[in-house]
Amino acid sequence: MATAVMPEQRTNYLNAEHGVKSWLLTTDHKRIALLYMVSVTFFFFIGGVYALLIRLELLTPAGDLVQADTYNRLFSGHGIVMVFFFLIPVVPAILGNFLVPIMIGAKDLAFPRINLLSWYLYIIAGMMVIHVLLTGGVDTGWTFYTPYSTAFASPKVVETGLAVFINGFSSIFTGLNFIVTIHRMRAPGMTWSRLPLFIWANYATSLIMVLGTPVIAITLVLLVLERVFHLGIFDPKLGGDPLLFQHLFWFYSHPAVYIMILPSMGIMSELIACFSRKRIFGFQFVALSSVAIAVLGFLVWAHHMFVAGMSVYAALIFSFLTFFIGVPSAIKVFNWTATMYKGSVTYETPMLYAFGFIGLFTIGGLTGLFLATLGIDIHVTDTYFVVAHFHYVMVGGVVMGYLGGLHFWWPKITGRMYPEGLGKLAALIGFIGFNLTFFPQFILGYVGMPRRYYQYPPEFQMLNVLSTAGATILGVGYLFPLVYLIWSLKYGEVASDNPWNAAGLEWKTTSPPPTFNFHEDPVVDFEAYNYDELKEIPRER
Amino acid sequence: MSENEHHIVPVKLYMLIGGTLLFFTWVTYAVSKIDLGPLNTVVALCIATFKATLVVLIFMHVKYTSEKLTKAVIFSAIFFLGLLLTLSLADFGTRNWL
Amino acid sequence: MSASHATTAGSAGAHAGTQDAAQRELRHHFVDMQQQSNTASLGMWLFLVTEVMFFGGMFCAYLIYRLAYYKDFAAASQSIDVRWGALNTAVLLVSSFTMAMAVRCAQLGKQKLLVIFLLFTMLFGATFLGVKAKEYYDKYEEHHIPAMNFNFDGKLLGHPEYVVNQRHAEMFFSIYFAMTGMHALHMVIGLGLMAYLIIASSRGKFDTSYYTPVENIGLYWHFVDVVWIYLFPLLYLISRTKG
Repeated sequence: MATAVMPEQRTNYLNAEHGVKSWLLTTDHKRIALLYMVSVTFFFFIGGVYALLIRLELLTPAGDLVQADTYNRLFSGHGIVMVFFFLIPVVPAILGNFLVPIMIGAKDLAFPRINLLSWYLYIIAGMMVIHVLLTGGVDTGWTFYTPYSTAFASPKVVETGLAVFINGFSSIFTGLNFIVTIHRMRAPGMTWSRLPLFIWANYATSLIMVLGTPVIAITLVLLVLERVFHLGIFDPKLGGDPLLFQHLFWFYSHPAVYIMILPSMGIMSELIACFSRKRIFGFQFVALSSVAIAVLGFLVWAHHMFVAGMSVYAALIFSFLTFFIGVPSAIKVFNWTATMYKGSVTYETPMLYAFGFIGLFTIGGLTGLFLATLGIDIHVTDTYFVVAHFHYVMVGGVVMGYLGGLHFWWPKITGRMYPEGLGKLAALIGFIGFNLTFFPQFILGYVGMPRRYYQYPPEFQMLNVLSTAGATILGVGYLFPLVYLIWSLKYGEVASDNPWNAAGLEWKTTSPPPTFNFHEDPVVDFEAYNYDELKEIPRER
Repeated sequence: MSENEHHIVPVKLYMLIGGTLLFFTWVTYAVSKIDLGPLNTVVALCIATFKATLVVLIFMHVKYTSEKLTKAVIFSAIFFLGLLLTLSLADFGTRNWL
Repeated sequence: MSASHATTAGSAGAHAGTQDAAQRELRHHFVDMQQQSNTASLGMWLFLVTEVMFFGGMFCAYLIYRLAYYKDFAAASQSIDVRWGALNTAVLLVSSFTMAMAVRCAQLGKQKLLVIFLLFTMLFGATFLGVKAKEYYDKYEEHHIPAMNFNFDGKLLGHPEYVVNQRHAEMFFSIYFAMTGMHALHMVIGLGLMAYLIIASSRGKFDTSYYTPVENIGLYWHFVDVVWIYLFPLLYLISRTKG
C-alpha cells in the first residue's frame, strides 16, 4: 500500500547508527527526545497507578482499602511523580527537544552533550524516587511543608528532596539549552517574527525554568541540611518561620505550572493553524502573551498560601496580581477561536485534542480566578475544588496538548502514521473519562470535601463513585495510544514528508529526518503559517 | 560577546580597578567602625554594589560588549531576585499591621 | 555567502598560523567559531543567572530573619572575626584581578603568562578556603555551630544588659554556615576548574583563535567573587559599633 519509500531504507536519525551505546551516548537531540519519551511515559504510568489506588480507596466513604498513613504516601507519590517527572519535562524534553532545532533550521541544540546530561540527571533522579517509593515513600505531600517534613516525617524526605534537586538541574539545563539555541542558532532569514509559536512557547517556558528552578533547588538543599545537620532555617524552635519555606517553595512551584502549560499552548497554535488551514490570528499577541505569562507567573506565588497565616495585606496584593494572569491566557484562547473562524476546519485526532484543550483549559483557568478571589478561596481552599481546578488545567490542558502534539508529529518522528480511527476513539474516550473524573470534584469541593483525606461523609459517595468510574475510563483512554502508537512503529502506514500539508520547517525535511535534520541548509524566506500559499497542494498521506 | 574577543583591556585599567576594589574594601571596614545608625548598612551595601559593578563591567567585560542580550540577562537576574525579596517582604513586613 | 558557511576561514581576526585551535575545537553543529563562542558565552551568562537565583533563596532567608531578630543577629555577627572576613574579601578581589589578567593573556596568545596567572588565581582561591577553614574552626571551638552543643555567650556591643536569644543567634549561624558553606563549595568547584584550565593551557589547547573556556570559567570565578562581595558586609558588618 505504501507508495513512499519505506523509512527503514533511507538513512535517517533512527537507523544511522545501531546498538545500545549509540542510543545511551547519543548527542542527537532527536534520539535524546526519544529517550525522554520512553522514560517520561514510564513515570506517567507509575503516577497513574497511584491515581487509581487513590480513586479505589475513595470509592467508599470509609477508609477501608489502605490505612491513613498509606493513603498519605499514595497522594504524595502521585504528586511527586506526576509533577516533577511527568508534567515538567513532558512537552519540553520530548517534543521540544525533538522539534526546537528543526523548527528554527538548526542542526542540533546549542549544547548537545549537556542535553544528554539532562536526560541522565532525570534518570538518576527518577531511580532515586523509585527507590523511595519501593521502600515506603514519603507522606508529606509533593509540597514537603515544614516543620512536618523537617522534624517529623520519614527520613525518606532527604532522598526525595535530593532526587527532586537533581531533576531540577535536568530542567535548568534543558531551559538553558533552548534559550541559547533560539537566540544563536536560527537559520538565515528566521527572524523572531517568523518563529513558530511552539518556539515562542518553549522560549518563554525556558525563561521560567532558568529563573525559577534554582530557588526550589536551594530550598530543598536547606530542607536536607535541616534534616541531616539540624541547621534550622525553617525550624520554629529556633524562631524559624514555616511560611518562609512556603514562600521559597511556591516562588518556583507556581511558575512551574506555567512551565507545564506554556509548551502545550504552543502546540495548540500549531495544531489549530494546521487544521483550520489558516495563519494564527494575532500572531504577535499570541507570541508575546507567552512571554507575559512567564513574567507574570513570578508575581503571584503566595496565592497558594492565603490561609497559611500570611499577612492579609500581602494576600490582597497577591490576589490582585493573580487576576492579571488570566489576561494573556484568555488572549490566546480568543486568538485560537478567531483562527478557526472562517478557516477550513477538519477533525483529525490532533484537532480533537485541541478542541478538548480549549474547552477544558478554559474551565480550569476560570476556576483559577475563583480561587484567586480571597473570599471564595477561604471556602474552597484545600478542598476538591482545588484538585479539580488543577487537574482541568494539567490534564485537560497539558496532557491533551501533549497527546495532540504527539499524534501530529508522530509521522515526523517515526515515519509512520498512527491509525486515525483509533486515534479519534481514544481522544473521545479520554475526554469523556476526564470530565467524569474531575467535574464531580468541583461539586465535591464546593460542598466541603477536603483534599488529601482518605475517608469522607457518606453523602459524598455518589460523586466519588462517578469520579472513580471516570478515572477508569480515562485510564483506558491513555492505554489506547500506548498500544496503537507502539503498534504503528511496525505496522502503521508509511508517512510522507508532510502528511498534513502543514506549514513549518519541520515539514520540509524527511519523515523521519536525517541526523543533521536537513539535507540542505535551510534558508527562510517565508512567514510562519503560510497556509495561504499551501492551500492549493492536495494533502497526501 | 563578539567584541570581547577583540577588545583587550589595558593592564593599567585592570590594576586601577583592582586597586579601587581593595581601597573600597578598606573603606567598608573603616566606616563600619563609625556609628551611623541605620545608614551603616546602606553605606556598606552601596559600596558592595559599587564594587560588584566594577567587577561586572570591567573584569567580566560587560562594558566592552556590543551584545544587548548580556545586559538584558544581567538585568533579569537582578529583577527576578528583587521580586523574590520584595514580595516576600510584603508578607513578613506587614504581618504585624492591624 | 560562502564565508559564513566555511568552517576554516570563519574566525574573524585570527591569523593563518593560529587557526589550529579554532579549527580543532569547532563543533559540527556550528557554522563557525564566532557562533560557537558567542553561544558558549551566552550559556555561561544564563548559568550565572541560575546561580543568582540559587544564592538568592538564601539571601531571602537572611533578609527575613535579620529584620525579625536584628539585635540577636547583630550580636552573633559581632562574634565573627571581621579581620579574617576583610582579608578574605581582599584575597578574592586580587584573585579576580589575576583571573582577568589570565583571560587577557589568553586573548593575546601568551601561553606561559596565562598559566602563571591561572596558578596565582588558584593560589588565592586556596588561601581563601584556608582562611575560611580557620574561621570555621574558631566557631567550632566557641560552640557556635548549630546543633553541635551550641552555646552563644557573646554580648551585644553597647548593650551589655541585652540578653541575646540563643535560638535566634543559632539561626544566624545556620544561615552563616549555609551561605558561606555554599559559597565555599563553589570555590572548591572553581579550584577544580582552574586546575583543568592550567593543565589545558599548558598543553597548548588555547590560542588567539580559541580560548572560550578561559573566558567563561573566568566569568564563573568573578561571579563567585561578587557573591562574597555581598556576603562580607551582610554577615560580618551587621553592626560593628555601640549603636
